[in-house]
Amino acid sequence: MAEAAPGVATPAPSFLRDRILLGRTPREYLRAQLTPFNLVAAAILAVGLPLLVLRFWKGLGATTNLSQTAPWGIWIGFDMMTGIVLAAGGFTIGAAVQILGLERYHAIERPAILTAFLGYVMAVFGLLADLGRPWNIIQALFNYGTASVLFEVAWCVMCYTTVLLLEFTLPFFEWLGWQRFLPALRKALIALTVLSVIFSTMHQSALGSLFLIMPTRLHPLWYTPTIFVLFFVSAVIAGICMVIVESTLSHRVFADRVKGKHVDVDALTLGLGKAGALVTFAYFFLKVQGVVDGHAWHHLTTGWGAWFLVELLGFVLLPCLLFAYGVRHAKVRVVRIAAAIGVLGIVLNRINVSIVALNWQAPQRYVPSWMEVMVSLTLVTIGILLFRWIIHRMPILSDAAPADAAAQHRRRA
Amino acid sequence: MQISRRGFFRVAAAGAAVATGGAARAEAAAPAADAVGMLVDTTRCVGCRGCEAACAEANGLPEPPGDACLDTRRETSEDAFTVVNRTEKAPGELRYAKQQCMHCLAPACASACPVRAMTKLPSGPVVYDAAKCMGCRYCMLACPFDVPKYEYRSAAPRVRKCTFCAERQAQGKAPACAEACPSGALTFGKRADLLEEAKTRIYGTKGAYLHHVYGEHEAGGTSWLYVTDVPPERLALKAGVPGKAFPELVSGALAAPPLVMTLWPPLLMGLYAITRRPKGGEGGAAAHEEDHHG
Repeated sequence: MAEAAPGVATPAPSFLRDRILLGRTPREYLRAQLTPFNLVAAAILAVGLPLLVLRFWKGLGATTNLSQTAPWGIWIGFDMMTGIVLAAGGFTIGAAVQILGLERYHAIERPAILTAFLGYVMAVFGLLADLGRPWNIIQALFNYGTASVLFEVAWCVMCYTTVLLLEFTLPFFEWLGWQRFLPALRKALIALTVLSVIFSTMHQSALGSLFLIMPTRLHPLWYTPTIFVLFFVSAVIAGICMVIVESTLSHRVFADRVKGKHVDVDALTLGLGKAGALVTFAYFFLKVQGVVDGHAWHHLTTGWGAWFLVELLGFVLLPCLLFAYGVRHAKVRVVRIAAAIGVLGIVLNRINVSIVALNWQAPQRYVPSWMEVMVSLTLVTIGILLFRWIIHRMPILSDAAPADAAAQHRRRA
Repeated sequence: MQISRRGFFRVAAAGAAVATGGAARAEAAAPAADAVGMLVDTTRCVGCRGCEAACAEANGLPEPPGDACLDTRRETSEDAFTVVNRTEKAPGELRYAKQQCMHCLAPACASACPVRAMTKLPSGPVVYDAAKCMGCRYCMLACPFDVPKYEYRSAAPRVRKCTFCAERQAQGKAPACAEACPSGALTFGKRADLLEEAKTRIYGTKGAYLHHVYGEHEAGGTSWLYVTDVPPERLALKAGVPGKAFPELVSGALAAPPLVMTLWPPLLMGLYAITRRPKGGEGGAAAHEEDHHG
C-alpha cells in the first residue's frame, strides 16, 4: 500500500513527498486513498462531524437521549470508560519492557503506547462533547475538589496524556530526524514509564471509585466497596488482551512495515497469554468475592443475575480457560481468540457498570440516540485513521522510520 | 467482613495522612451548631401548593401547573425546585408532602464536584456556582435523593435545584416556601432545635406519627427533616437511602493516591534495579546504567 513508486527519476529529497506522501506525488497519493475502508471512514466522518457541531450549537438535549435519571450515556460509558481501559496496554507493556526488563516485548511497546495515546486523546474529545460547559474544564486547574474521585480522574487524565505525549515524541522526533533530542528522551523513557504506571494505577482504579458514591444506583452485583481493585485488575487484562489483538492485526495489516524485522509474534503472544491466564483467573475470583462481600447471592437468580453471569462466565472465565489451554498446548490461535473475548469482556464490564446496571431501578431505561452512537463511531474512526497515518510514517512497528526505509528503497531502485 | 474492611481503610488513610499530611481528606465536617434547617410536618400540610408558587416566584421559574397535576407523582425539575405530591392515608384521608433538595449535612453532590461548583455553606444551604461548573453531571449521579436537575435544552446548561433561598437567608429572611406556608407544615429554624421539636411531636402525641424523623440519619443527616404518619416513600420521599455520610463512601479509595505516589516509584525502581542486575555480579546500584532503549 505504501510502496514507493519505482522507475521515476530520483528527485531531490523533499520532506513533504518523502515523509508525508510516502514518496509519491500528491496526485498518486490521493488516488491511492480511494479504498473501500477510506470511503466508509469518510462517510462516517461526513455524518459525525456535523453532529458534533450540532451538539455544541443546540446542546445535549437536541443530540442525546440523556435525561434527569440518566445523566451519563455512551460518551462516558463507551468513549471514556472503554477508551481508557483499552489504552491500558501502554503502561502494561511499557512496564514489562522498561521496568521488568522483558526485552522480547520491546517490539510491541511502541504500538501499545501509540494506542494508549490515541485512546486517551479520543477519550478527552468524547469528554469535551459530553461536558455541558466544556469551556469551564480549565476550572479543574484552580478549584481543588479533593473529596471528589472525579477530581483525581481529571488530574490523572491530564498528567497521563502528557506522559503519553512525551513518550510519543520519541518516534515523532525520530521521524522528523531531530537527532539532538533523542538521547535525552531515551534516557527519560524509564522515568516516563514509572510515571505512566503511577498515573495508570490511580486513573484506572479511580474510574471504578467513581461508582462508590452510588450505592443505591449501581446494581448490587456490580457494586462492591472494592470496585476500584476490580477496575485496576481488569485494566491490566484489557492491556494484555489489546496488545495481543493489536499485534496480531497490525503485523498482518501493516506487514510491509515490519519487513526484515525478525519479530516472533507467536512466541510473544504465548507469553502474553500466560500472563493473561493468571490475571484473568485472579479477576474472576475478585468478581466472585464482590458478590460474596455484598451478600448479593439472591440477585443471581434474577434477570440481572443472568446478565452478570454472562459477563462473569462467558467473558471472564471462558477467556481465562482459553488462555490456559492455548498456552499449555502452544496454540496461538486459541490465545488470540481468548484475547478477543477478553477485550469484549472488559468493554462489556465497563458498559454494564456505567450504563446497563446503573440506575437499575429507574422506571425508564437509557438507550443512546443514533446521534450519540454516530459521534462515538466518528471518534473511533478518527482514532483508527490517525493510528494508520502514524504507523505508515513513523518508526512504530520497527525501529527504522518507514519513510526512511521507503526513501532508501527508492534510492536503491 | 465489613469491620475488617473499614479497619483496612483506616490504616490506609492513616498511612496516607502520614505520607502527605492528609491531602485527600473528605470534607464531611460537622455543620455549625447554629446551622439552619426546616421541619416538614406532613400531617399539617393541606396541599395548597403555595410553597410551589412562592418558590417559582423567588427563583424566577415558570408558574406551577394547576391542581390536576396532583393526580400523578411528580419529580422536581430544572423548572420546578419543589413539587408537592399527594397520597391517601386511608380512603378520603389525604396526605401531602413537598420535595426539594434535602441540603445534606455532608452532601454527596458537593463532595463529588471536582471543581467545587457545588458547596455546603456553614449556615446550612447547599449552593451551586454555574461559573465554575464544567457540566460533568457527577453531582446528579452522586445525590441519593435524585435532586440536581440539568438544563439539557440549553447550549450553556446549568445544574438546577433548591438553594434553600440562601440569598434570602443572607438578608435575614426565611426561605420563600416557609414564608408562604399558611398551615404550619413548614417550620424554619436551627436544625438542632427542629430535631428536638420533631421528636417532641412524635413522642408527645402517641400514635399520631411514625417513629422516624426522615432526614435525621438519611445520607448522614440532612438539613430538612420530615415527620409523617404514612411511610415516607408513599409521599414520594426516597426510601432506602443509606444512613451514612456519602463522602465517607469514597474516602477509603481517595486515600490510595498518596500511597501510590509514595510507594510506586521506589517499588518500580527497585524492580528495575533487580531485573537489570548483571548475572553473578555483586549487584551495585550503578550496575544498570547502560541504555536499554531502542
